[in-house]
Amino acid sequence: MKAIATFVAALLLALPAWAEIQIQEVTSPKGIKAWLVEEHSIPFTALEIRFRGGTSLDDPDKRGAVYLMSGLLEEGAGDMDARSYARELESLAASFSYNATDDSVAISAQFLTENRDQVVDLLRTTIHEPRFDQDAIDRVRAQVLSGLKSDETNPNKIASRHFAKMAYGEHPYGSEGKGTIESVSALTRDDIVAAYRGVFAKDRLYVGAVGDITAEELGVLLDTLLADLPETGAPIPGKAEVNISGGVSVVEFDTPQSVALFAQKGIDRDDPDFFAAYILNHILGGGGFESRLMQEVREKRGLTYGVYSYLVPKDLASVYLGSVASANDRIAEAIEVIRAEWRRAAEEGVTEKELQDAKTYLTGAYPLRFDGNAQIAGIMVGMQMEGLPIDYIATRNDKVNAVTLDEINRVARELLDPEGLHFTVVGKPVGLETTN
Amino acid sequence: MVRALVLSAALVFATPLLAYNGHEAVTTFTLDNGMEVVVVEDHRAPVVQHMVWYRAGSADEPVGSSGVAHFLEHLLFKGTDTMAPGELSATVAANGGTDNAFTSYDYTAYFQRVAADRLELMMRMEADRMRNVRLTENDIVTERNVILEERNQRTENNPRALFGEQLNAAQFLNHRYGVPVIGWKHEMEELDMDDALSFYRTYYAPNNAILVVTGDVDPQEVRALAEKHYGVIPANPDLPERYRSQEPPQTAERRLIYKDPRVSQPYVQRSYLVPERDPGDQETAAALYLLAELLGGGTTSYLNEKLQFDAQKVVYAGSWYRGVSLDDTTFDLIVVPAEGVSLQEAEAAMDQAMAEFLAEGVKQEDLDRIKMQLRASLIYARDNVDGIGNRYGQALASGLTVEDVQAWPEILQAVTGDEILAAAREFLRPEASVTGWLMRDEEVTQ
Repeated sequence: MKAIATFVAALLLALPAWAEIQIQEVTSPKGIKAWLVEEHSIPFTALEIRFRGGTSLDDPDKRGAVYLMSGLLEEGAGDMDARSYARELESLAASFSYNATDDSVAISAQFLTENRDQVVDLLRTTIHEPRFDQDAIDRVRAQVLSGLKSDETNPNKIASRHFAKMAYGEHPYGSEGKGTIESVSALTRDDIVAAYRGVFAKDRLYVGAVGDITAEELGVLLDTLLADLPETGAPIPGKAEVNISGGVSVVEFDTPQSVALFAQKGIDRDDPDFFAAYILNHILGGGGFESRLMQEVREKRGLTYGVYSYLVPKDLASVYLGSVASANDRIAEAIEVIRAEWRRAAEEGVTEKELQDAKTYLTGAYPLRFDGNAQIAGIMVGMQMEGLPIDYIATRNDKVNAVTLDEINRVARELLDPEGLHFTVVGKPVGLETTN
Repeated sequence: MVRALVLSAALVFATPLLAYNGHEAVTTFTLDNGMEVVVVEDHRAPVVQHMVWYRAGSADEPVGSSGVAHFLEHLLFKGTDTMAPGELSATVAANGGTDNAFTSYDYTAYFQRVAADRLELMMRMEADRMRNVRLTENDIVTERNVILEERNQRTENNPRALFGEQLNAAQFLNHRYGVPVIGWKHEMEELDMDDALSFYRTYYAPNNAILVVTGDVDPQEVRALAEKHYGVIPANPDLPERYRSQEPPQTAERRLIYKDPRVSQPYVQRSYLVPERDPGDQETAAALYLLAELLGGGTTSYLNEKLQFDAQKVVYAGSWYRGVSLDDTTFDLIVVPAEGVSLQEAEAAMDQAMAEFLAEGVKQEDLDRIKMQLRASLIYARDNVDGIGNRYGQALASGLTVEDVQAWPEILQAVTGDEILAAAREFLRPEASVTGWLMRDEEVTQ
């Protein structure tokens, strides 16, 4: 809801919301670039700062260092230890959050206009003078280890770990960014400092801001926060070789419902066929109740509460994933139905009506994403990282509408690989065995 | 997740319940047939959220039919006299919108998010399924399998959720809050057409519903559309008074141990039976809300300072209070022990910290910091009018009034440290508590 302020209220029924988002590119006096949407009706600003690289920057022997380092940014900076830092942040009523993924480390901040300068000072100290005190390292490490222990008996986590190892091997994508109990236990303060130095640099920086701030004010803020960062960070690893072959892997785990993760080769975000693949996936398993998988597996047969598929184009590899969960004695049937639908889509393609319905949905739903300052800031940073132009939002629906039936069915034939679909099943599935 | 269930289970709570107090953005009125309407305006984008909340949740179910409120929620996506099964969701999608629904103890709600000019279509379809659902035996069988798989996914596959069910069942001796929203599995397996339709005919009526519309709308237009589509539906004259069997005095401290080989991270959770937010009388609830914030609301909270930072006995401590509730509710504490610390030690450390908190009293600067954040959250909340609408819907479906929702922020600001301590002393009584240990069965080694 609520994309961004507009002065044209009258024409709104004809005008899609996204046409109204006015993104400006701001370059600070010291040369830091950011995308900005000014929205002055509520006196706060959402700021999204992202650094490309993420947990994939980890040294292979130091798995989990970037993740733990990100968790330590809120544990003391400058002359404040963890507790006084937390009090300071709370008394400013601002929020800072940190998210380390395979491809990036993000800092998401929200702050009121009335004390913006103080908050920016605190965030600058956070980014430039994190303390990484040993007691904080030990405390946060214990929290990470507690999470890792829980993951060991979480069927979904077991499945995704097993799949990643199979598909990516020794590449960073082949193991979890959080690290393992062994690797995290062994991390030292020096490892954390090294991870910090590798992550935060200007050669991989993307910024989005939305809210009660002018371009000029943002320029000053950018220089305060980011101009003094080093020029370059740690080298980003090369592309992953994706190894997925058709079949089933069963990971025995004593639980009533089996969880299955299915996967095949994917498609890159900048591939000319990406939009066709995106619509195809929406029809096959990406949408809500209307998707073929949902209709066949849930609505007609009651085999699951939810079945979904999704394209995952990451920086260093692209895969096509899906997930389903069914009782141990029903998962084999669910898998059979999914594979049959995969084959039917590959061989017969989709119908004109399905394509039209998908276009209507995808183009109509697009503006609903821009429903808050932080969401818009995040979307703008994502666009920059994907190399999309600043006017992309206004042209995106045209790209969806331009996909033809012939095109989507060609892509269905080329992309969908029913024989190459691999199911990683965690549970005690009846009638399923590891095939290779 | 589609047709999601609102989980009452442990760790999900702790969401603050703050209404934006800018009354100018909120308009409320009541249709002649008794349907209440709340409109929250935000004209920044041409998008609307349309919701209908029914004052009927799992705690209103007949004995023996646990899960029927949630089952019915699923079945409302099947056909009506004029819509084919699935047509409502398909129509929403064909208009570029998304739809879903959720069920809790005290309410069931249905919603769509869509371009603002499609509001009337949403109302027409939602009004239709308020009275005209048509179900087949096949719908019943298939959808019952779906909810059983939903229970598998949310509960049977998750020892923390199973533990939470046991805690709740022990907390409520006589009230339906002790029964899980999704239902007990053996009763879900027996739910049939009659169970679903009987619940539907009893509770789905305009005089038991609240319409909440948020976004780019004009309240007068919403009123005209609501009168046209919902206003023509007759009230149900036989709507039963909303009364559930209440708790007797709780006089025995309860303890339970839940063992499951799938538990990797043990923890201790304790709940207390406490009062909820009552209409016109929210001061006690406000004190309990702030007590939860002070004890376990964040890094600087008392239990984390004492147990995580000072004693280093836990990796995490938390507390939360579920204030929006029709009947008596719970106040919960949790401690997750550090490596090498037993559940016994963690519980003892928690008890000691609680005793010290009561002895030391509330530090004014801690209370001031929380109140400052609460004031700021009113500003941040304006960025999410759907969230504001949800708070109204939840509150009105749980026995509160519009005035109560609007008074809440000021009531919170007025609470004193002494009032918080008094509430803690009065309500955090061992006799009204359940303490649970979640642990791995010692015999199992993997």
